[in-house]
Amino acid sequence: MRTWIERHRNILDFTLSSLLRRKRKNAALISVYTLIVFLLASVLFFTYGLREEASLLLKEAPEMTVQRLVAGRQELIPVNYIERIRAIRGVSSITARLWGYYYDPVVGANYTLMVADDQDVAPGTIAVGEGVSRARLVSPGETIEFRTHQGVTMELEIKKTFSSESGLVSSDLVLISEDDFRKVFGTPKGHATDLAVRVRNPKELPTIALKVAELLPDTRQILREELLRTYEAIFNWRGGLLLAILFGAVLAFIIFAWDKASGLSVEEKREIGILKAIGWETSDIIRMKFWEGLVVSLSSFLMGIIMAYIHVFFTSFMLFEPVLKGWAVLYPAFKVTPFVDGAQVASLFFLTVVPYTVATIIPSWRAAIVDPDSVMR
Amino acid sequence: MRKSSLFFLYLFIQTFALGCLFTHASYKKQVDTSHLQEKADLVQKLGLTDLCLFTEASYTRHLSLADFHTAFQNSPMALEHFPSGSLVTHPQTAKKMYENLD
Repeated sequence: MRTWIERHRNILDFTLSSLLRRKRKNAALISVYTLIVFLLASVLFFTYGLREEASLLLKEAPEMTVQRLVAGRQELIPVNYIERIRAIRGVSSITARLWGYYYDPVVGANYTLMVADDQDVAPGTIAVGEGVSRARLVSPGETIEFRTHQGVTMELEIKKTFSSESGLVSSDLVLISEDDFRKVFGTPKGHATDLAVRVRNPKELPTIALKVAELLPDTRQILREELLRTYEAIFNWRGGLLLAILFGAVLAFIIFAWDKASGLSVEEKREIGILKAIGWETSDIIRMKFWEGLVVSLSSFLMGIIMAYIHVFFTSFMLFEPVLKGWAVLYPAFKVTPFVDGAQVASLFFLTVVPYTVATIIPSWRAAIVDPDSVMR
Repeated sequence: MRKSSLFFLYLFIQTFALGCLFTHASYKKQVDTSHLQEKADLVQKLGLTDLCLFTEASYTRHLSLADFHTAFQNSPMALEHFPSGSLVTHPQTAKKMYENLD
């Protein structure tokens, strides 16, 4: 065993000296390799974290949302629909939700105004998300003016702001009383934006949704499972950001593999020839190339993963933040909880280290089995 | 010191750093539990349906409640809201609409 370890260490010593002889080339290779792993791991960590958070949070969303559609567009729903839905067996509660978008010309941002059944939001007061307070530079006790549908300016006092930690769900939120909401938008009494339905047994949800559709043919039912699937779909591998990065990374790996598989450089072939001429066996040369591949790929992999973790969870996805913010004036602080597990690291390992190491061995084996004399010529 | 020993030391340092980051991840998950609960409570209390990720258009702000024809709905010249429009896929509800036609 000791001899076996010593033999491998000797080969590794030689491999490292050989890599150091081609310092620049290998440094460039390791840098590009590290960058690819860094990009892939950054996107994987970020999207996985967001997806996990979305699925945890949206578990609490209403089991069914009922919208009214008129001429293909969403319209206000009469609140008397509530009684008709409540009559369906299995429905435990229905809430009329009042919400809408308000464009604030001062900062050029859209707020989501929502009526809350909350003691904190009395008429004349509001509660705002951290994005709104950041954009308007306001804090509790100050006021924000809203222009009503009749063109009248209405000032509402900020009672509280939501914490920045809750920004992922509340950044652009303005909680408002029902009276003030109807004053701003002119929403008639007896109408709501949509209905949030909760059921006793979630297994009965598809049947209840079908009954609602039969009873109220002008409505559309959105189930909680559909919300969860929507967020699953956004950040899965087919999503735009992930696909773009994956495409680039796969392309880079194809170039790597092509470079390796298309054969070794003359210098490398000569080295193999000399080694064979002085008594190295084919298996030793394959061992040497295996170590070479492992040194390059493993050190790049570990460095890439560490950098990606720091990038996503310590610098809040700094490099990709402008892409996520887009043209939005209001955006949440992208602080993602690190839902990192061994499976993610293992899948990255098999995507990056294994193909590279294999791609290094095959051409070396081909060069090692030919006659040393012909290789050296 | 042999080069292989230096390499193993380098690998050990990196693996140790990775181990520390994993420990940080598990610690941070515990710390963030209260924040996650706060957000989950808000979602339940207000009956929220979407995450506040992209606020520039109604169909990127409320992905799950968007119209069936989400793209180009703002105006014929508002080609889409790039980059958000290229990051998000069609809402599942809109896809369902066309399943019967396939």
